[in-house]
Formats: sequence, C-alpha cells, structure tokens
Amino acid sequence: MSSNILVVAEHVNGTIDDITFELLGKGRELADDGGLAVALLGGGSDLAGQLGKADRVLHVDHPALADFNPQTCAAALGAVIEQARPTLVLVGNTSVGMDLAVAAAVQNKLPLVAYATDIVIENGKTVATSQLYGGKVYAESVIDKDAGIVSVLAGSFPTDAGRSDGTPEVVAVTAPDGLDGGTVTFKGLIKPEGGDVDITQHEVLVAVGRGIQNKDNIPLTEELATALGGVVCSSRPIVDNKWLPKTRQVGKSGLKVKPKIYVMLGISGAPEHMEGMKDAELIIAVNTDETAPIFEHAHYGTTEDIFDLVPALTERLQ
Amino acid sequence: MNIVVPIKLVPDLTEELEINDDGTDLERDFLSYRINEFCDHAIEEALQLKEAHGGTVTVLALERDETDKALYTALAKGADRAIKITGVDEAAPTQAAAKVFCQALDGIDYDLVLTGVQAADDRDGQLGAWMSSMLDIPHISVVSSIEATSGGGSDKLLVRKEYAGGVMASFEVSGKGVLGVQAARQMPRYAPVSRVRQIMKEAELEEIEADDVDVSTGTTVRRMFTPEKGEGAEMLDGSAEEIADRIVAIIKEKKG
Ligand SMILES: Cc1cc2nc3c(=O)[nH]c(=O)nc-3n(C[C@H](O)[C@H](O)[C@H](O)COP(=O)(O)OP(=O)(O)OC[C@H]3O[C@@H](n4cnc5c(N)ncnc54)[C@H](O)[C@@H]3O)c2cc1C
Ligand SMILES: Nc1ncnc2c1ncn2[C@@H]1O[C@H](COP(=O)(O)O)[C@@H](O)[C@H]1O
Repeated sequence: MSSNILVVAEHVNGTIDDITFELLGKGRELADDGGLAVALLGGGSDLAGQLGKADRVLHVDHPALADFNPQTCAAALGAVIEQARPTLVLVGNTSVGMDLAVAAAVQNKLPLVAYATDIVIENGKTVATSQLYGGKVYAESVIDKDAGIVSVLAGSFPTDAGRSDGTPEVVAVTAPDGLDGGTVTFKGLIKPEGGDVDITQHEVLVAVGRGIQNKDNIPLTEELATALGGVVCSSRPIVDNKWLPKTRQVGKSGLKVKPKIYVMLGISGAPEHMEGMKDAELIIAVNTDETAPIFEHAHYGTTEDIFDLVPALTERLQ
Repeated sequence: MNIVVPIKLVPDLTEELEINDDGTDLERDFLSYRINEFCDHAIEEALQLKEAHGGTVTVLALERDETDKALYTALAKGADRAIKITGVDEAAPTQAAAKVFCQALDGIDYDLVLTGVQAADDRDGQLGAWMSSMLDIPHISVVSSIEATSGGGSDKLLVRKEYAGGVMASFEVSGKGVLGVQAARQMPRYAPVSRVRQIMKEAELEEIEADDVDVSTGTTVRRMFTPEKGEGAEMLDGSAEEIADRIVAIIKEKKG
C-alpha cells in the first residue's frame, strides 16, 4: 500500500511557518508514489505558491479561519481529513499543532503519536520515534491501523527539503457548518516588545538556566558574558521568574539563535530549549547532572558546579 | 467562576530513568514522582482567578505515590476541594485519564478546566485537548494569560496563547473551555510544610473510584530507549581550574 500524506500547514500573518517546510520535506520522502497534500486552513490561496513541494493544496476558505483559531481550525481540519482520507497526517507539535492534533484524532478517529522526532514507514505501517521525559528517553511507536496522525517536534527535519518553486494544484474544500457560531473568537496578535539587547545578533551567548538558583546570581553570569564579549540569554523558567526579560528567552516560545559560541550554565537541555539553539556552532554545557540530556547535544560538557567554575572562567578571560 | 484543575504526578526528571526488561516502558518500581511543574502553574492561575472573581477551585488527581501530598498541598494553597481518583493504572494512556476526568466532571459544577500545558511522560498529546473533544468544548493550549473580561459572574475570558518568537495571539472565550497553562501570571506560590501538615490533620481528601474505561490508542510502543552514552559531548574532567583552562582554550581557538 502506498502512503498518502497530508501535511497541516501553519501560517501566521501571511507567512508559512518553517515547521510546514520541515513536514513537507519529510512528507515528500515518505509519500513515494502515493501523493502529498497540504491542508491550508484559512490564509489566501496565494500561500499555495510557497507549498510547491506538495502535489495538491486542500484549501478551506472562510472568514472564521483568517487567523488561527483552535475551534474553527480544528473543525476545518476534520473536514479536510474526511475528504482526503490520508494514510498519514503530519502536524507540528507546536502551539498550533497542540490544539489540532488531538481534535483531529477524536473527530476522524485516528491514532495519534506526539512529540515525534523521526518517522519511517515499514511494510505500510508508520513508526514514529517520540522524545519523552525532557529528552531523557525515546519511544518508538507503531501505528497499528492503516491511518494515523503524527505530531512532530519543530527542528526535527531540514526545512530546505520542503521548499520548492513548483505550483501545486489548489482544491477548494467546503468549510464545515457552524464555523460562525463558535465560542472562541480571535482578537489579535501581540508582537513582542523590542528589548535592550537583540540576542539573535550576538556571536557569543551565555545562557542561564534554573541551575543558577536565584536572581542574585545573575550578575555572575553577566560578568562572564562581558568577559567573553557577549551577552546573557536564558531558558524559560528564568524569564517566567522575571529574573531576565522575555527578549532574552531562547527556545520554542522564545527566540531562535545561531551564535558562534553558546555557553550553557545550569540548563537541562529540554527539547523546547534545544529548538531555539541547536544550530549554535560551539555548545559548551555546564551541568552537575551527568545524565542531563544537554550532554547529548553539546560539543563539550562538564559536571563542575556553576559556582565553582564560572568565577574561575571569568578571571581567566578578564 | 468554578475551576477544575486535573494535576499529574510525573517521574522526577532529575533522577536516572531506567527502561524495563521488555524495553517498552520505564522501570517504574523505584521511580519517584512529583507534580508536573506546569500543573503548579495551572493551580496558581486558578487560585488567582478565584481570588479576583470568586468561585471555587477543585483539584483532581489519579492515585499515585505522592498524590495525597500533592492534593493536600493544593488545599494548603487555597483550593476548595481535592479529589483523588482511584483504580486507574499507572501506565494508562492520556485518553483513558481524560475519560476518567470527564466522568468525574459529571458531578461537578464547573465553568473552566485548567491543565498544565504538557507533561513529559506520554506520547498521545494533551489531556486537556482530549477532555475538550470529549466534552465538546474548546481547548486552547500554551496559555500564559487569562483575564475575566466583565467581572465576577462573567463567562467571557480573554486568553493569550504563545507562538514562537515571543508572538502571542489573544482570543475571547465565551462559555466553558479547557486551557493548557504554560505560565501563571506569577510564579506558583509556596505552601509551608507546617500548613500542609495542619491541613492533613483537618481535612480529608475526597475519593472517587474510576469506572472501567476501555481505551485503545491504536498504537504500540515497540521499543523504549535512552540515548546512547558517549555519543554526545566531550566531557572535560579535572579541577575547576583545569576545566576553566580547557574551556578558555576551546573558546580562544573558536574565536580565532
Ligand atoms: C509549549 C512549551 C514551550 C516552551 N518553550 C520554552 C522556551 O522557549 N525556552 C525554554 O528554555 N524552555 C521552554 N519550555 C520549557 C522547557 O520544557 C523546560 O521546562 C525548560 O527549558 C527547563 O529550563 P532549565 O533547563 O533552565 O531548567 P531545568 O530543566 O530545571 O534544569 C536545570 C539544570 O540545572 C542543573 N543544575 C542545578 N544546579 C546546578 C549547579 N550548581 N551547577 C550546574 N548545573 C546545575 C540541573 O542539573 C538541571 O539539569 C517550554 C515548554 C513548553 C511546554
Ligand atoms: N494522568 C493524568 N492525571 C492528571 N492530570 C493529567 C493527566 N494527564 C495529563 N494531565 C493534565 O494535563 C496536563 C498536560 O499533560 P499531558 O496531557 O500528559 O501532556 C498536565 O499538566 C495535567 O494538568
């Protein structure tokens, strides 16, 4: 049986998100001769011009889909799946995908595997590898049925393989009834405020995580950053604690950075953090837990305590 | 506003996780469990909403090691009810848990369900999303701000959902909903041990026995594994001074 794959496109403000290109590239590889379609929920059909890797774009157009809305988009995706009957639906394990994947699993009665970082098809069955327990464990799941949904962690596949100049056929899918009568209304997008420092523009970043323990220890890391000619950025909990501004957050819901040097102090290496920095050229991780997932990804690592190592480092660099 | 918060006990990620002999699950015998950190945020946000607008907070949990402590802690922080649900297997999939919680909701007058945004220990998506589909009410995940828009009795909420790059979307929700809380408006409050002890003496947890739920996920774990050791970072050993020397040399070389 050949695979017939449906990729769920994500777009914000008229721009197709990178995750869509990741999924299209992987989808093309898995589709063999079975066909690759994209579900485009809302957005103009002109977005199809960016989705040339697919054979067909299944477009649902309706005012209630203009911007992502978890309720209306879930209903529209259900209609697309119903019509396309794919053997595999690929959706991002993103903020948007987290609202859509389970809804589609329930509506279209399809099995779901989430947090995937890899997918293969063996003898017609989809096998997905999920990254669990903050990156400490992987699980390979077989989808027992002929069709299913896999939600994929961003950064798992290259985006280049999903881009193409080709123009796919656009097929209009009728919007399901009831999109206007929903209980969730999109009100607007809120852009982040610019900060004092743009961490995406720096070649050297010192990244601080929960291992720093409290706000009073942040200056210690700032001194190191200054000695290195760089700036401080952080994992999410540091920002949630309001120890550093949101503009310093690296990761899934923060910024993507690609510095030359990324020194990590007390960060475990959760997938949501890795998503923002795994392309850094040189990653050096300081973490007292020798089983911390970060040691799988870093180039160099040490289990030395931050509070012993950082002063010694700063002193040598000043 | 009456809010229900299902909380989850998850394996402590700071400990070493071992795979069982079958190679299909964790070796669960010696695992220590703790509350999923995002559930703490969900409890905090629920308490904040209650403090601002009135109503109640009911915390639900499946029985595990540490469930009693987590539920008593929630009461100590200000939750009104804490319900322990017994009879659900530790390895039960999220959708089975979702069914059980939906059954429990039958007897509870609620306006809003707040869950943690995600837990690191399951493969089948978010519990909140499963519950919302089963209850036929909307679900919004990755929420970091919830405001009731027109006073106490209001059933309208203004909700902010986070996307990548610090961008957020705002939605108005009228009627019931399930929200996956990424971060509460302030860091979760702390319940002093003495207060938790006192609550344990004064209050009793409510208990519900789960009905049998028959759930087939349609997927099978064929292999669970930990990443190969030694494939990743080159580890630097020695004294802090020696390691600092090495790191400085590595950085100097990179900077050129
Ligand atoms: C939808 C979603 C989006 C998210 N977006 C982001 C995001 O954009 N960015 C992000 O970072 N996270 C994000 N997260 C959170 C992510 O899942 C992790 O919770 C977070 O990255 C953990 O941060 P951390 O590594 O600093 O803390 P922890 O995981 O608590 O790790 C702290 C580490 O410090 C080490 N340590 C402790 N003391 C010392 C010491 N003295 N010396 C050296 N090491 C020490 C510990 O061994 C531990 O490994 C998101 C989560 C979700 C669900
Ligand atoms: N078995 C469970 N028991 C209680 N709450 C759960 C359970 N599974 C998930 N949750 C809730 O759903 C959130 C997200 O977890 P998950 O759905 O496992 O990603 C958790 O933070 C809890 O609030």
